[in-house]
Amino acid sequence: MDLLLVNLIDGLVTGLLLFMLSAGLTLIFSMMGVLNFAHASFYMLGAYFGYQISLYMGFWMALVCAPVIVGFLGAVVERYGLRRVHQHGHVAELIFTFGLALLIEEAVQFFWGKSQVPFMPPQALDFALFSIAGNAVPAYKVFMIFVAIAIFAGLLFVLTKTRIGMIIQAALSFPRTVEALGHNVPLIFMCVFGVGTALAAVAGVIAGPVLGTFPGMAFALGSIVFVTIVVGGLGSLSGALYASLLIGWITTFAASYDVGLADILNAIGVDQPLDMRNSPWRDFWSITLSQVGPILPYLLMVLTLIFRPHGLFRKGGL
Amino acid sequence: MTHALDISGLKKSYGKAEIIRGVDLHITKGERHAIIGPNGAGKSTLFNLITRRMAPSAGKVHLHGQDLNGLVPCKINRMGLSRSFQISNIFPRMSVFENIRCALLWSMGFRYSFWSLVDRSKPLTEAADAIIEQINLTSRRNIPAGVLSYAEQRALEIGLTIAGGADVVMLDEPTAGMSNTETDYIVELIRKVTVDKTLVMVEHDMGVVFGLADRISVLVYGKIIATGTPEEIRANPTVQEAYLGTAIKAEQ
Amino acid sequence: MTDTTPQMTDTGPMGLRLKSAMPWLCAALLLLILPQIFSANATITLMNQMAITIIFALAYNMLLGQGGMLSFGHAVFMGLGGVFAVHVMSYVEAFGAPLPLPLLPLFGGFAGLLLACVIGSFSTRQAGTVFAMISLGVGELIAACSLIFVTFFGGETGVSADRTYGLPVFGVEFLRQSEVYYLIAAWLLLSVFLMYLYTRTPMGRMANAVRDNPERAEFLGYSARWVRFYSFIFSGFFAGIAGGLFALNYEIMTSESMSLVQSGKILLITFLGGMGYFVGPIIGAIVFTLLTTVLGRYTELSALYVGTVFVLTVMYCPRGLAGLLMMHEPAYRLGKLRRLVAPYLKVLIPVLVATLGCAALFEMLFHVRHAPPGDHEMRLYWVTFDSHSPIAWGIVIGVTLLAIMTTRALIPHIKDAWHDANTIDKGAS
Repeated sequence: MDLLLVNLIDGLVTGLLLFMLSAGLTLIFSMMGVLNFAHASFYMLGAYFGYQISLYMGFWMALVCAPVIVGFLGAVVERYGLRRVHQHGHVAELIFTFGLALLIEEAVQFFWGKSQVPFMPPQALDFALFSIAGNAVPAYKVFMIFVAIAIFAGLLFVLTKTRIGMIIQAALSFPRTVEALGHNVPLIFMCVFGVGTALAAVAGVIAGPVLGTFPGMAFALGSIVFVTIVVGGLGSLSGALYASLLIGWITTFAASYDVGLADILNAIGVDQPLDMRNSPWRDFWSITLSQVGPILPYLLMVLTLIFRPHGLFRKGGL
Repeated sequence: MTHALDISGLKKSYGKAEIIRGVDLHITKGERHAIIGPNGAGKSTLFNLITRRMAPSAGKVHLHGQDLNGLVPCKINRMGLSRSFQISNIFPRMSVFENIRCALLWSMGFRYSFWSLVDRSKPLTEAADAIIEQINLTSRRNIPAGVLSYAEQRALEIGLTIAGGADVVMLDEPTAGMSNTETDYIVELIRKVTVDKTLVMVEHDMGVVFGLADRISVLVYGKIIATGTPEEIRANPTVQEAYLGTAIKAEQ
Repeated sequence: MTDTTPQMTDTGPMGLRLKSAMPWLCAALLLLILPQIFSANATITLMNQMAITIIFALAYNMLLGQGGMLSFGHAVFMGLGGVFAVHVMSYVEAFGAPLPLPLLPLFGGFAGLLLACVIGSFSTRQAGTVFAMISLGVGELIAACSLIFVTFFGGETGVSADRTYGLPVFGVEFLRQSEVYYLIAAWLLLSVFLMYLYTRTPMGRMANAVRDNPERAEFLGYSARWVRFYSFIFSGFFAGIAGGLFALNYEIMTSESMSLVQSGKILLITFLGGMGYFVGPIIGAIVFTLLTTVLGRYTELSALYVGTVFVLTVMYCPRGLAGLLMMHEPAYRLGKLRRLVAPYLKVLIPVLVATLGCAALFEMLFHVRHAPPGDHEMRLYWVTFDSHSPIAWGIVIGVTLLAIMTTRALIPHIKDAWHDANTIDKGAS
């Protein structure tokens, strides 16, 4: 029971972190039709810039400055890169962002090296806030949850209550109409791209100290983020939230409950072969849930695509 | 004798808005049938419903007596119904010849073949060249379709539509956006290529409609208010009130 | 666009056939002669690698270039084909089945085909972004599975076998690199030929049609989904062949060969070479293999350079190297290609200097950041100098800027020459 609670909190943290990325990615996708492969790379840039800034000005300044810098970079990428490629269609855009992801990873290695950099949580939050049955819950985790919820609330407020939010929402569904109404859609696109990447950078700064800041962090998280927005239904913000939480919990629980497939097979009455060394099925007997954990999101995605191509949480067609 | 196309009780609604409100239409074999109506009457929607580009909310479409319900466009095409599009829908990066050849492949029995070579098939090349000749694009044969002029692209569109040898041909505003000379060219072309075929067309240009069609249906707000020969339609008071009147007024 | 205009010349069918057979005969001859010229073992290994990459890249381009499907997980087909081929090899070794080695890649091909049938059954419903996402998900899924199912995939260490197992084929035991080379070359020629023929079949033509306009293809009687499916499984087949050859060449397959990195690499190669042309991936594979090998020998930053070249290609030259070459076709037809040689040579020198200068700046920056503390000495372009000295930086920056400015100054010249070469001379025919 206590372990359940701890896992719930851990899963929530992972899920909200995923949401910070998938929210930006979904916004960008539904407005521009571009699936930004480099989105997780901006998250990584956020972590690295955060690390570099925190060396000189401390964590809190990093949390403010790094997203601004990354958001600016994102806007530049949109203005001078993506817009240029846009005329060649979505496939070219996807290839461009893929190349960008490769390039950012190389650039990060170029400046900060191949190994992990020592990005630490701020000392003000480096204590156990409370503990559940002997499992300490660090204050930093609670802080992460609050940041994520604050961002979500802010995003919701901007999108539903402000004028610019209305325009964005309208541009989501009817970009041409919005353009015809006299709004500068390219400018809106650039801003949304910048804000989306800045959101990813916020996630990077707060996740960097916990998940580690290393050159592979973008690709490690990037594909999971894609899975998330596909499972949530491409272009649906609420779907992205649900899917993020679902995947956060799935991976956390899978990692901590070590159920082996052998137990399940035994339970349904399949006998273990006596000679394990030569059986072609021996892998099935040694698989555990924690081993399968990392691939569960992909499995979920493939199943979603086969059975509910428009997303798990979406009613009806597109 | 069965009709070429039998449409009964066809409806389409988006939420509460009914776009097509119950259309019944019978088109006999070999006739040239035009559907006219004011803007927003649902002519293109009706076309899309018949060819299953969209699924209707209710009603049935029979092609040569066969129900089209639940079929996908490629199956319908194989049954002998072919259509063109209001906005040119061609393969812009392929040459004119390649465009027509692609349109011929299925009907000439190549299906999903990966064991025969298209260049080696003499009948295929000859058939494609014959159609290009028919649509007067022989001089443009090896040019990418994307760089053709607008009227030429429309002609190619018609070529693609008739190439497969379908006996029911549906043309969606074939002369939209054309100058008078271009319109004459396309009308001649349509007359030439639809000999012995059933033609259903949506058209705005009254000159084209009354010159080409054997029978005309008038679609107003999702319902057909009259069907008949051009003379009958011209004389029909309801039509005059609902449609032709406004058209004539607009012309004056 | 592939070369679509059929060869309609006045030559009879025999002449036509001979003309279209010429490139293939030349290629075969070249493949035969190459190992005589470059006989070093390292070069032959490089050529083997190149040949396998060519097959894989062409298979990939069946999807990307010809079918309009962007895949981020195509390496799984090659990987699975390879793993399966390795298993067949060890099986034959253990049980002595009479299977001649040259047929081994076929098994890889069929493994790829089978996997493609399974995945294609749901992934080819849509093209574009959705297809790309599915391919990524499935690719990651299988790559991750390869670490879990150790029996089949061998886990981290991979699976390996010995290719010199059974009976010698006509006295050849495939012990030497050059013997393997000829086997791979034969498969290369055959695969390329078949893939080229595929583009000329009704299916190949319709794959282009569906790529450009799936809806129109539907209204011409073809199901876009089935056309995509066929492209997909054939692509899987040839990727599997490439995998089988890989297994045969290296005698080992690891899970790394299925990773996203490999899938990304083949995308890079295909795009670099030019996905719109049949020869594009071939050019891409050759250039990429050479580039990475040469760069890898001299610098630690080769991946950075390749990434930069890739992004620049996507932005400024989306038709790839083959597109660059094809741009010169009109000038060639006019017989005025020669007029471009001199201007090109003139601009080549500053461009080269500018590129090398930028690379030097990267290298120096890298050295300053990552060399062990106190190590200021670096060696670049056969010169040894102090990487922290302002003089060295000043010289490199100065030379690079000068080269860039010269290049810019020469651009109008190139434009004029280009315009001149592409217009018909007045008076002359």
